[in-house]
Amino acid sequence: MTINTESSVTTQINRVYIRATPEAIWDAITKPEWTAKYGYGGGVEFDLRPGGAFRVHASEEFLAAGAPEIVVDGEVIEADPPRKLVQTWRMLMDPELASEGYTRLTHEIEPTDHGTKLTVIHELEGAPRLAALVAGKHEAEGAGGGWSWVLSDLKSVLETGERLGA
Amino acid sequence: MHGVNDDDRVFKALADPTRRFLLDLLFTRDGRTLTELESELEMTRFGVMKHLRVLEDAGLVVARRKGREKLHFLNPVPIRLIHDRWIDKYTERHVSALAELKTELEGTP
Repeated sequence: MTINTESSVTTQINRVYIRATPEAIWDAITKPEWTAKYGYGGGVEFDLRPGGAFRVHASEEFLAAGAPEIVVDGEVIEADPPRKLVQTWRMLMDPELASEGYTRLTHEIEPTDHGTKLTVIHELEGAPRLAALVAGKHEAEGAGGGWSWVLSDLKSVLETGERLGA
Repeated sequence: MHGVNDDDRVFKALADPTRRFLLDLLFTRDGRTLTELESELEMTRFGVMKHLRVLEDAGLVVARRKGREKLHFLNPVPIRLIHDRWIDKYTERHVSALAELKTELEGTP
């Protein structure tokens, strides 16, 4: 895989409209019983105040595959339920990804006439490997489809109670 | 605005070569200004704006302000939703991403 080094903008934006309340979406992002149900699974641990710790505990499947106990970590920068969550985010799945350090992740939740709008903004400066991973560029190798896949799955879980392909 | 209508907007937005070209431009390098996008097309600024508006209405492009500039980002989610709803259904490719990830991780030296 080649990385486009010309790119000056390293931010990725993913947006989805979900037929659910902002509160339900907030819970689905910040509560472990929800985060285990979609995307990469695993339970989040959030201390929802500025400076509070953020961790994602590996699911049993991830542990069986040799993942560390904590697969993602970071720190809460701003928590304004159920509207906005800003945090740092570092992937610990392997040493190379971990060495890229902390990135900045923002969730914006906004009610509209056609469902609740969820926008995920991932600022990935200095993290080209992570950028490729969360863009879903390694999906064919089984590394999951990144944010677009996670959000598509989250929409499915909240609207139908079932995961994609379930 | 929901269900079928959302898909309609995406299919309509994609049913135009200029708009597909704009998406490809953003796929290659995301977060561009109107001026940058316009320079890649033999079209008036107004024409490019019109196409971007259709893409924004379909949710395929998200515009965000950064300082004085308005940057356009490709939002891959609507295409993902169509993929998951339509393409997967007919290709029957229901593989376990985790099973593959395990294989990949174990195969990494």
